[in-house]
Amino acid sequence: MSDPVLSIRNIEKSFGGIRAVRGVSFDVHKGEVLGLIGPNGSGKSTLFNCILGQLAPDAGEVSVNGRSVAGMRASQMNRLGVGRTFQQLSVFPKMSVLDNIILAGQEHHGTMLSRLFGAPDAGLTGEAERMIAFFRLTHLRDELAGSLSYGQQKLVDAAMAFMAGPSLVLLDEPAGGVNLTMLSHFKERLSAYNAEHGTTFVVIEHNMEFVMSLCTRIIVLAEGAVIAEGSPDEIRANQTVIDAYLGG
Amino acid sequence: MRGLSVRDVWRSVAIALLLVAAILLPIGQKNYIIYVLTSWLIFTIAAMGLNLTLGYAGQISLAQASFMAIGAYVTALLTLAGWHWLAALPPALIISFVVGLILGYPALRVKGHFLAFVTLAFNTLVFLVLRNEDWLTGGTYGLSGMPRPDFGLFSTDKHLPFYYFTLGITVIAALALWGIVRSPWGRAFKALRENPVRAESLGVDTRRVTLLAFAIGSVYGGLAGALITPLVQFIEPGSFGLAHSLRILLMVVVGGAGYFFGPFIGAAVVILLPEVLRFTEGYYLIIYSALVIVMLVFVPSGLIGVWGRLKAKVWPKQQVRTDMAEGAGLQ
Ligand SMILES: Nc1ncnc2c1ncn2[C@@H]1O[C@H](COP(=O)(O)OP(=O)(O)OP(=O)(O)O)[C@@H](O)[C@H]1O
Ligand SMILES: [Mg+2]
Repeated sequence: MSDPVLSIRNIEKSFGGIRAVRGVSFDVHKGEVLGLIGPNGSGKSTLFNCILGQLAPDAGEVSVNGRSVAGMRASQMNRLGVGRTFQQLSVFPKMSVLDNIILAGQEHHGTMLSRLFGAPDAGLTGEAERMIAFFRLTHLRDELAGSLSYGQQKLVDAAMAFMAGPSLVLLDEPAGGVNLTMLSHFKERLSAYNAEHGTTFVVIEHNMEFVMSLCTRIIVLAEGAVIAEGSPDEIRANQTVIDAYLGG
Repeated sequence: MRGLSVRDVWRSVAIALLLVAAILLPIGQKNYIIYVLTSWLIFTIAAMGLNLTLGYAGQISLAQASFMAIGAYVTALLTLAGWHWLAALPPALIISFVVGLILGYPALRVKGHFLAFVTLAFNTLVFLVLRNEDWLTGGTYGLSGMPRPDFGLFSTDKHLPFYYFTLGITVIAALALWGIVRSPWGRAFKALRENPVRAESLGVDTRRVTLLAFAIGSVYGGLAGALITPLVQFIEPGSFGLAHSLRILLMVVVGGAGYFFGPFIGAAVVILLPEVLRFTEGYYLIIYSALVIVMLVFVPSGLIGVWGRLKAKVWPKQQVRTDMAEGAGLQ
């Protein structure tokens, strides 16, 4: 069997006295759509930031495609083919939607010098327009990203994570604030992308309908530790999970 | 690529008219006026550099005058040693670039007010070196007698030719900056300003981009300094003190930080206004300072921002929403 796309071992992270992540380990294989769920403050976002080089874990190991990424910067991780979104909206408000999307791809094209002396759009306008169309944002192409509605900005944010053709994408609550029509469209787009490109996903989400219908496997965190793991049906039926998170 | 929009056409016409005005303006004027116009161009170059560092890349610097000093002293020493100005220019720019790169390092660790203090300390350090190392810099007496560049058929000894020479350099510097800000580098600078954490997660090496923002901005400071030397033909440390860095900062802010043409307007206001207001005798300083305070408090986006607001009243257009929090904040 091939190496897992993402493998994490015994990740630990504390903030002062708070042990946000307590020895989490799991593997994610190529083409999987893994859901990461758990109560507020259970350490999901912190785990993402430890995986992606935004935070340094206190202990543990992360490897991508069999290669250790310890001490790697977030930008290096991205160039290895790992895309992400943040829980909070993270677009570049005073740049146009098109510029946001081009920025998300430009560092993967050419060299430092070609990015200074070459085409202003790094040759990415066509590809960016296709990505914008994929997320049904074409009519907003030239608007400032910061002038869009919350849900629209959320889609721009997600589109940016895909622009570099990543092999692994980590999405932190992509569904928050997105309306239902858009959400089902978004889910369908993610599934299509996954089927077409074999892209691996890890998705943090509180919207259970979204997670259960999108994900092939689910891991449940509580108080920084994994309390359950399984298929959507298994998780729905798991008593520990119901007690800790899903409720009555 | 799409064709030219109406806006592009207007912009090109405006630039062409400004250029014609810049060519015709000094003709028939007294030397003093030409001198003031020349220093307007030179400070515009310095402010363009700071506009890149601060306006586009969002990195505060109170040290732009010290890069003018580096450019000015390197050019002065080399031209006094018999080098042609054109030969002295590359070393002046390269040294400015390297020192700017070094000044960028603190920006990787500290932000905002703290970064302002670090750069302020750097400006003072350069000032002290210039004053104390008199074996090289002439100390408080400075350096004098630097020649103006002579290009055979075109000598810049007189004020008017030197003005045109400076205008030519300004146009080249502006075109180069225009190329930078609309290139992917420019996009990365803006991304660094607006959301460094997100930029990093999209593959932008924000450390490198920060250092480059300082280094390129410093090159423009160095270029301005390299032009000051033949203009005034006398330089001393006092011309490059903290007050001058603050003046350049003011030019960027008054013109509109992050707007390409902001520095032209800002430098004009900061340099020319005291001249225009001279008839008010001793009061011009008061009027001038009051104007600056009013600008900073009420129109932080500068004079170009005022124009943008007026335009938005006439043709309402997209605006960044303030009801949504920005930033990644590591969540
Ligand atoms: N930068 C930080 N400094 C201090 N404490 C932090 C920091 N980031 C997270 N924490 C703490 O770590 C714990 C886990 O937070 P985290 O954001 O990872 O939770 P989460 O599972 O993503 O929650 P949510 O579903 O609400 O987004 C919380 O107790 C939080 O207060
Ligand atoms: Mg979270």
